[in-house]
Amino acid sequence: MSEIRQALQVAALKNGTVIDHIPTNKLFTVVSLLGLEQMDSKITIGYNLNSNKLGKKGIIKIADKFFDDEEVNRISVVAPHVKLNIIRNYEVVEKKEVNMPDELKGIVKCANPKCITNNEPMPTLFKMVNKENGVFKCHYCEKELKKEDIVLLQRRTL
Amino acid sequence: MENRSLVTIAEHSKEKILYLLEMAKQFENNPNRKILDGKVVATLFFEPSTRTRLSFETAVNRLGGRVIGFSDASTTSSSKGETLKDTIMMVSNYADLIIMRHHLEGAARYASEVAPIPIINAGDGANQHPSQTMLDLYSIQKTQGTLENLNIFLVGDLKYGRTVHSLLMAMRHFNPTFHFIAPDELKMPEEYKIYCNENNIKYVEHTDFTEDIIADADILYMTRVQRERFTDLMEYERVKNVYILRNKMLEKTRPNLRILHPLPRVNEIAYDVDDNEKAYYFQQARNGLFARQAIICDVLGITLDDIKE
Repeated sequence: MSEIRQALQVAALKNGTVIDHIPTNKLFTVVSLLGLEQMDSKITIGYNLNSNKLGKKGIIKIADKFFDDEEVNRISVVAPHVKLNIIRNYEVVEKKEVNMPDELKGIVKCANPKCITNNEPMPTLFKMVNKENGVFKCHYCEKELKKEDIVLLQRRTL
Repeated sequence: MENRSLVTIAEHSKEKILYLLEMAKQFENNPNRKILDGKVVATLFFEPSTRTRLSFETAVNRLGGRVIGFSDASTTSSSKGETLKDTIMMVSNYADLIIMRHHLEGAARYASEVAPIPIINAGDGANQHPSQTMLDLYSIQKTQGTLENLNIFLVGDLKYGRTVHSLLMAMRHFNPTFHFIAPDELKMPEEYKIYCNENNIKYVEHTDFTEDIIADADILYMTRVQRERFTDLMEYERVKNVYILRNKMLEKTRPNLRILHPLPRVNEIAYDVDDNEKAYYFQQARNGLFARQAIICDVLGITLDDIKE
């Protein structure tokens, strides 16, 4: 009985995208990263839900919204192990994982205070230089940035 | 519009480098031409650098072009808070080409993306200085007859030295053997040693700087060891006189050895070296004129054929 009640805590989607297995402490960052506050779609956000894998997890269900790879791969910067379920007509038609994108546009801050991007109103741009170790390089000042040191920009500029 | 800007030499192919050096050679034969007649070139030096600026301005003047610009951002509207983009867009209305030096890294790259005219990077912070590398390559090629298979000794500040990093990367096409001579605090950073490994560039590291070590050098590239770069000042005091080149040290060196320095020279090359025929640092600076003429023409779409006499 309690199992059914737990499952019903999050409403079923007819069409849309479910982002699951978000580490609970990253949930709101992912919401912001995807710009969900600006969307008109019906969105259900679950926080601190029980998870076998993670202990606690977050989950986001967005009705009638389908993301392209570019939008979705941004999430890998903060939560590399999320799983996406694409729902059509109440059925999971596709499962997706996120991959480290080759480019990060406008979402990450450059750690170099002498970089032009920190001194001029312009978007940042990082290119992947080492996929294995998750190392990016600033397109402007050419300094390298490790995935662990990534700091997101407060406001997304695209 | 195809972007012909020169922001960094790191991506230039071997063919492109040799092509530009060939153009520079043409200009050495005759640096006074009329090819830039009717062109206006803007030298925007947000950060002062008299030598580089004069070199570029002479390059334009001797090719028949006219120069506008500024040599210090404090007198411009940058001090009023105008963005770099706005300054670039405004100057693009007046000039056919912008040559810029800026204290922020990535400034030239950004300018080349927003400007409707080509940009030449005359130095962006601690990042790139491609025209210096071009003139270094020209000097090496001219004095050694080739760029291939040389023993190149880099001495001094290899950690912060923008010119040595850039030279290292440009030389990857030519099978050099590098010798890095620097105090521990200023040794060649790991990322460049990794770069060498990835590009099959041979290198040897030394901390001593003696006449025996430099005996096999074809090129001795000296750089200044600056006190400000040291976190441990006692270390500085220990090493400050070690990396100084004196005339006596050149007795066992090869006849084709040439001594280069990006200048300004302080005390790292003793004055008694100046009269040695192997001292090349002033001619090196002169080569800057020809190298920059080649760069300017290439960026404006003028080809080697256009300038051959």
